[in-house]
Amino acid sequence: MTDRMVDTSSLTRPSRRKLMAMGLAGGAAVWMGPSIGWVGQAQAATPPEKPTGQAVIGFSQEPTVFNPLMLHIEVDEGVYFNLFSPLWRPGPDGNLIPDLVTEIPTAENGGISADGLTWRLKLKDNVKWHDGTPFTAEDVKYTIELINNPDFRAGRRAGHELVRDIQVVSPTELTWRMEKPYAPYPAILSWTFIVPKHILEKEADPNTAAFNNAPVGTGAFKWAERVPGDHITLEAFEDYHGDGPYLERIIFKYIPDMTVLFTQFQTGDVDYTGIQGISPDKYETAKSLEGRVVMPVPQPFVENIACNTGLPVFKDPKVREALYYAMDKQSIIEAIYYGLPIPTESFLPKESWAFNPNLPKHEYNPDKARQILDEAGWVPGSDGIREKDGVRLEFTNSTTAGNQTREQAQQFLQQNWLEVGAKMNISNLPPAVMWGEYWMMSKFETAMVGIGFGIGPDPDANDFFHSKSIGAQGGTGQNTTQYNSPEVDALLAEGASTTDQAKRKEVYAKMQEVTRRDLPYLPIFQYTMVEGIKEGLQNFKPNVAVQENCWNANEWYWAT
Amino acid sequence: MGRYLLGRLGQNVVLLWLVSMIGFGVLYLAPGGPLSQFAMVPGMSQEDIARIAQQMGLDRPLPVQYWEWFTRLLMGDWGRSYRDSQPVLHVIGSHLWATLELMITATIIAIFLGVWIGVMGAIRRYSFFDSLATIGAMIALSIPTFWFGLVTIYIFSVKLGWLPPGNRYTIGDASFWDYLHHLIAPSLVLALVEVAVWSRYMRASILDVINQDFIRTARAKGLPERQILLRHAMRNALIPMITLAGLQIPTLLGGALVTETVFTWPGMGRLFLDSLSYRDYPVVMGILVFSAIMVLVGNLLADLLCAIVDPRIRLD
Repeated sequence: MTDRMVDTSSLTRPSRRKLMAMGLAGGAAVWMGPSIGWVGQAQAATPPEKPTGQAVIGFSQEPTVFNPLMLHIEVDEGVYFNLFSPLWRPGPDGNLIPDLVTEIPTAENGGISADGLTWRLKLKDNVKWHDGTPFTAEDVKYTIELINNPDFRAGRRAGHELVRDIQVVSPTELTWRMEKPYAPYPAILSWTFIVPKHILEKEADPNTAAFNNAPVGTGAFKWAERVPGDHITLEAFEDYHGDGPYLERIIFKYIPDMTVLFTQFQTGDVDYTGIQGISPDKYETAKSLEGRVVMPVPQPFVENIACNTGLPVFKDPKVREALYYAMDKQSIIEAIYYGLPIPTESFLPKESWAFNPNLPKHEYNPDKARQILDEAGWVPGSDGIREKDGVRLEFTNSTTAGNQTREQAQQFLQQNWLEVGAKMNISNLPPAVMWGEYWMMSKFETAMVGIGFGIGPDPDANDFFHSKSIGAQGGTGQNTTQYNSPEVDALLAEGASTTDQAKRKEVYAKMQEVTRRDLPYLPIFQYTMVEGIKEGLQNFKPNVAVQENCWNANEWYWAT
Repeated sequence: MGRYLLGRLGQNVVLLWLVSMIGFGVLYLAPGGPLSQFAMVPGMSQEDIARIAQQMGLDRPLPVQYWEWFTRLLMGDWGRSYRDSQPVLHVIGSHLWATLELMITATIIAIFLGVWIGVMGAIRRYSFFDSLATIGAMIALSIPTFWFGLVTIYIFSVKLGWLPPGNRYTIGDASFWDYLHHLIAPSLVLALVEVAVWSRYMRASILDVINQDFIRTARAKGLPERQILLRHAMRNALIPMITLAGLQIPTLLGGALVTETVFTWPGMGRLFLDSLSYRDYPVVMGILVFSAIMVLVGNLLADLLCAIVDPRIRLD
């Protein structure tokens, strides 16, 4: 399910994902740790007494969906975090932070039963909707029921569909039962925003409700104005239950072109460059700007070469291993990606609590690659390309056509692999074709693709690695490499049904070892993105677990 | 005249129907349907996609979907946007004013400047001014608007700080002068190419007229050159311009994609592209039908105006 697959089918607008796909996102080799605010500005200032000033958040995509439960794209979630509240938020360190609840339910505090089936939530009693109505447990119940309403065009339903018998015990307490234990559910709830029952229950059709364009939430900012195609203004909500807000208003400004966005950041019209940030080729210029703070921020996406293991040539794990040895990863990162991304061996971002830092480190060693192929019986033919049992070591590599950075990386790999007797042909396709059936139904041979494998902050990657998720074999997921490993299947099942995080961590550590060994995906790097803020903006906290780094604008303020 | 109009309207309805059918077919046959982009959203599963497709009726055969859309359109229901679930006409309306503001300003600048340059070039043919205008027009036509817009922003906003770097108004200000201040750069950039086009057409048209017999007659009568130009030459030279103006109407409402992008102007051009990339088919179809109507109306108006201005043209 989670796919933050980089690259989509949009025609011209580079989405954040497409940007990733283009390899335009950058990042630095050194990242100081996500939980600190941006360097050199955290100490001095104190927040103002009453909300003061404004922040203009520049987005290169337009948020348009304001019922947070409906089908939407990533950019919309930047607005949700400020307008609505989830039960808890994903923190920058990977832990969940209570928002509408008084504590995160766990097995230890009795919030979740030991078998993971019974949940009990305790809610804050001082929370108000923007219209002044008190928030209660009824709203939480209504929200989950609305998601499961067959007539409602809910976006994600995973996890919610397992919830049964929601009981409102008191206005601040509710319980429910899960159909089966599902460990990623807390992570899913961290991006499930609670909607007001008292407004939506009066609507005949929640899909076209007036609420969808005049939302009422419990977040730090309330709805003020939307000018379609231009901007959205939110104003401080003085009765907010959490920290802040310290800004009088925040404005989400839609600036469709990244060069223009950067120009407006330069002129000071934009205080923060959201979603796609600043393109890496402008990183040097951006760093030299006076009064601006610019920094690479890690992303949850990993750039890979996906090998279709359903093909004879990739059935042999030795071939994948040899190709990985023959890949000059460091040069790709340095020469093509401005040295910004972080080399990785895992499918998880290194900020994840489940990240395994002890995986075998990649080594660029063409001799070793040749040796492995020799030993596995792949013999060079008359033209130097290896063969085994009539199968030539020749395959195509595909990605989004017109993505110049990736095309360069492809040509680089082509050379790398030719040196060890493997022939790679480049065959790129327009986005809608590439990431449609061609990808989903495993019609590619190899693909260059950036993917976010986890479900938000959760490491569950069932959708990409489980043998039942192979679309080409009738499955319902996105296991497009047709990777079939009983070992991984068992680990995924165990990881999804275990509630104890320490135990889960072991399970996923093991799973990362297996995927590193089997290499259905040859991992290249974890993406980073260059983001910029105006100097003086306090409490900007990049967070790999959310879609937009304006997730905590309630804490933002200007140093005076 | 009445019969002619009726005939034209009948033709137009058939044309509209054809346009809508082709547009609909092409849109829906393009790879990756309206939901393709959501396959990539974190946490969305293929099951979710299939369920939503079914909820939205996208899993039904194309002719059924078309028929439903078309019959609703005939009843005046243009459907709702997939993006913000607003009625399509409302969505179009919310972008139309921004576009009109920009396009009308730019067109007025373009017509006045273009006509003036064209006339001056024609009466002083091969003069220094004419050569300069010709070269200028060629340059204006060949400069990519995107680049020119960025350079304008770089010089006047980043370096000199005289003009705002785009946007329609300062959020929170929105006074008349603020609007005007924001309008200067994008309308001039947009007008640049238009000036070139209009001046070339106008020059050619004047040259065409100025060598005709009735002008020579006027000269022979000893009329002052100024009067010949304004009374006799200009009047006749402007007739082709009416057709040109008629063809401009849909462009006026269709917006200028590149200029709107560079100057973050929330107009129709952006709306169309955004709707296309979001696969917001109801809005895309809405704009398509709307533009088709504008093209037809523009043409019809131009033809009628020509007939009124030029007695030689008869509409039967």
